[in-house]
Amino acid sequence: MAAEAEAAPTRVGVRPAAAGQGPWRRFWRRFFRHRLAVVCAWLLLALVLAVVFGPPLGQLVGLDGQTVNLFDRMAPPGPGQPLGTDELGRDLLIRLLEGGRVSLLVGVSGALLTAIIGTAIGLAAGYAGGRTDSFFMRLTDAVIALPLLPLLIVLAAIDVTKLGLPAALADEGWGSVYRIVILVALFGWTTVARLVRAAVLSQKERDYIRAARALGAGPLRITLHHILPNIASPIIVATTLSIGNIMLAESVLSFLGLGIQPPLPSWGNMLTNAQEIIWQAPALAIWPGVLLFATVIATNILGDGLQDALDPRGDLGH
Amino acid sequence: MSGYLGRRITETVLLLLLMSFLIYALIGLMPGDPIDLMLSADPHITSEDAARLRALQGLDRPLVERYWFWLQGAAVGDFGYSRLYARPVVEVIGPRLLNTLILMGTSLALALLIAIPAGVVAAMHPRGLTDNTINLLAFAGFSVPSFWLGLILIIVFAVQLGWLPAGGTAPVGGGDLLDRLRYLILPVATLTLLAAGTFVRFVRAAMLEALREDFIRTARVKGLSRSAVVVRHAMPHAMLSLVTIVALNVGSLFSGSLVVETIFAYLGMGKLIYDSIMGNDYNLALAALLIATLVTLLANLAADIAYGWLDPRIDYGG
Repeated sequence: MAAEAEAAPTRVGVRPAAAGQGPWRRFWRRFFRHRLAVVCAWLLLALVLAVVFGPPLGQLVGLDGQTVNLFDRMAPPGPGQPLGTDELGRDLLIRLLEGGRVSLLVGVSGALLTAIIGTAIGLAAGYAGGRTDSFFMRLTDAVIALPLLPLLIVLAAIDVTKLGLPAALADEGWGSVYRIVILVALFGWTTVARLVRAAVLSQKERDYIRAARALGAGPLRITLHHILPNIASPIIVATTLSIGNIMLAESVLSFLGLGIQPPLPSWGNMLTNAQEIIWQAPALAIWPGVLLFATVIATNILGDGLQDALDPRGDLGH
Repeated sequence: MSGYLGRRITETVLLLLLMSFLIYALIGLMPGDPIDLMLSADPHITSEDAARLRALQGLDRPLVERYWFWLQGAAVGDFGYSRLYARPVVEVIGPRLLNTLILMGTSLALALLIAIPAGVVAAMHPRGLTDNTINLLAFAGFSVPSFWLGLILIIVFAVQLGWLPAGGTAPVGGGDLLDRLRYLILPVATLTLLAAGTFVRFVRAAMLEALREDFIRTARVKGLSRSAVVVRHAMPHAMLSLVTIVALNVGSLFSGSLVVETIFAYLGMGKLIYDSIMGNDYNLALAALLIATLVTLLANLAADIAYGWLDPRIDYGG
């Protein structure tokens, strides 16, 4: 506890040992010590660049992931098709990159939405205390205890027009992307909410908060302007770690036919058809999974590295 | 203790009731209703007939009234008939629940059998080669897409090597115990690998925490060997928090089990939930989802009770 109290307010309480370095220098120095996390960060950067610039570059050389060619199904790798073709004769490499675009987009935007909801609930519960706090914490406990995937399947299967939601969400193509992002955020906020609440509790009786309150700042200003910047570290770490879980949830739902709807590819729904033709074309079942696995493990290790680098007790452990 | 226990049981029952209403409402939001299904099966039904059937079955009543009617039946164990299996829902669920509990129980036991020694060994030499290797494997365990791991195991052990069946619960005609075990191996292996990663990380963290405690230093100072300290003093302390973690993971174990059962065509609850939702079997989906919720809530309740019983420092008061 003493160590946490000493180092948490970054602007004021920089430890003497790190004086003259600043929190950013200290962060990079610690982060670079976690070599595996650095490797993962580069890997993710390369992947993002590939999925963003790969498909347009492919079009320049006449490759795209949408043109069906039934005379060239499940072709092996060869000139003009680096990884071969899928069960409908579409270029596998471009399709993997396009699928990665959707999967990464769902992962990152889902994680951001999760972080926003979780932070709002955590701030409200932690700062308000009393009944609000116990209500939200009971809710959090309940959501954590539920069997997630069965419920996600029900929610993914419902007809959103019966709820009176806009038709854009019922749309088969990009509508399925929005639906998935909202669904995963609906259940994913609990981790961030708990962390934020605990962090708020540790901050709210500090002198700087009392000073702000004495100067007449309202709850909204205190929580967003004073507390939030000081509890950013756990939020950043939890958000990074949730990207992987959200991508896994998306891929499972898509694999089961309830997530991203074809012809829009995602790594999950690319594996749906692959299972049926696993005897003829095992490569189709391997590639999307390898990329998904690599991305998820890289974000998780990156999150772990960030945690070590941002942990105020970090220097003590080494 | 008894006051606390009473409150927790009340909470669990209330949460289950709340979930039953939510799931009931959600199922009503899925596309179509039972009469629509009859219409699509029989073109001779006129729209007046359909309206009369809806009135007869009570489908034109308000949601709360219909739920109350369902709840009265459910309270005495009458969950209605399954459309897909043409049998009472209770009869369909019974054997499926048993199969799932076998799958989940075996995987959980094996995962702990792997995770506890691995986590303890990792914590004894933090940042060493063994620790880093175990850590990386643990990361792989909870980052791997569940359904893809299943597919890879099918490719290797069923397609390439031909050692094990690719799916099913038992050979045609039942088979003896040994045959049934052969069908269990791949599903159990998949679920075990998925669960073990999370547990390794928790055991490792809990052991590191425990080894920093004062009573460990005391034990060392009074002359106990390192291994005696770890086994007799640190491990019991660390295992305490594992009880809660295991219970919290029953929900995700259920989610993993749903995926594994679907991949391997294993006749358990998860596959039943998926099939009933995809097949518009409303009565069955509702009951199966509630049983899944009940199992996870009971696991959490059991963990709370076990925790208080195992840890002499905890006194719930009252």
